[in-house]
Amino acid sequence: MCLALPAIIVEIRDADMAVIELGGVRKECSLALIDDAAVGDYVIVHVGYALTKLDPEEAEKTLQLFAELGEAALAAE
Amino acid sequence: MKYVDEFRDGELAKGLAAAVAIATKCAADATRSYSFMEFCGGHTHAISRYGIADLLPANVHMIHGPGCPVCVLPIGRVDMAIALALEHGATLCTYGDTLRIPASHGLSLLKAKSQGGDIRIVYSCADALALAQAHPEKQVVFFAIGFETTTPPTAVVIRQAQILGLKNFSVLCCHVLTPSAIGHILESPEVRDYGTVPLDGFIGPAHVSTVIGSRPYEFFAEEYRKPVVIAGFEPLDVMQAILMLVKQVNEGRAEVENQFSRAVTREGNLKAQNLVAEVFELRREFEWRGLNIVPYSALSIRGHYAQFDAEKRFPLSYRQVADNKACECGAILRGVKRPWECKLFGTVCTPENPMGSCMVSSEGACAAHYTYGRFKQLVQA
Repeated sequence: MCLALPAIIVEIRDADMAVIELGGVRKECSLALIDDAAVGDYVIVHVGYALTKLDPEEAEKTLQLFAELGEAALAAE
Repeated sequence: MKYVDEFRDGELAKGLAAAVAIATKCAADATRSYSFMEFCGGHTHAISRYGIADLLPANVHMIHGPGCPVCVLPIGRVDMAIALALEHGATLCTYGDTLRIPASHGLSLLKAKSQGGDIRIVYSCADALALAQAHPEKQVVFFAIGFETTTPPTAVVIRQAQILGLKNFSVLCCHVLTPSAIGHILESPEVRDYGTVPLDGFIGPAHVSTVIGSRPYEFFAEEYRKPVVIAGFEPLDVMQAILMLVKQVNEGRAEVENQFSRAVTREGNLKAQNLVAEVFELRREFEWRGLNIVPYSALSIRGHYAQFDAEKRFPLSYRQVADNKACECGAILRGVKRPWECKLFGTVCTPENPMGSCMVSSEGACAAHYTYGRFKQLVQA
């Protein structure tokens, strides 16, 4: 039910609306709940509303941490 | 899909599994075990679907919590939605998840639709508002369910309806709150009947936390000495969160940590929070299927927006409806029993014909085990 997916904003329209793209599919999405969204930003989309912007730097850090934790653990085994 | 596929990588999962295994061997007491509750159905689904339980050491147990809004919606509220369509002639708009929930008199919204009720599936509450605008002759009611993720969108459409001066749009508000349910699991009178739940920590909600932030969980860390790690819904997120919880337990810490830092901050989405506060207020109590009455655990529409409250517009009353006596959902939602320990599981209660709340949605503990988990047990047997 709380499923939501990160999608990229490809177009900003009037009245807090935007077009987002996810896996090649485009759809309208409301930006009424967030501020300062721009084309190229990733947003987490839920029931037609962007809930928050995704922070690409934090995403990169998390992925790096996965790799580091895993490498260290596999080396220790 | 960017920001999805990378977080499902099998090779990285092996590394994280090794890290969890090593961490569990570093406990001061080598014989100890770890029990963590993932509150959200989204996490339950990820754990079952991606086989995370199989990647964990035998002494790490995941307990599935009540965080599936479809599962915890009480029968009485579905009865109200059905009454709106069948008795009051309203056009009921709903998220697709609610259609199969079994209600009283052998009905469900799907069956009510086949009996002629005007019941429509919408992707967004904005679609319900648009329908009301396009059809001034119909009374359109949006069946608003869900946690803090779906609540802000509902607040947006209620405000829009007021600005537009719509006379034919209202909302049957069933929005519920995550923190009150977590508190209820830790400290409800029923805990005495079910026994103490041996929980060592929580995996906190992903998308709910994008809205409410990580701050509301600090109470549980401080007051109950339970670590909370907020985690994304992808499998690697869940694995890392488990690792973080194991480390907290080993080090005797009980803190709120945020694994889902790419989307969650401590403060959350203030714009969404302010909208919700403007349109909704706390209900004194609300029934949760499987958890019974939980005080201050849900929202209702403020008096200022009363004209959009379906409970005020239509003569509706709420009636509590008991679950099947043999149903163990109450114990399962609290982590005291496992799905297969219920007599009804997989026999009379299946995803096609759910009897209890945990079997209703694919995110429920019983439905997830029925779909993904029981095959392992069959192989072992």
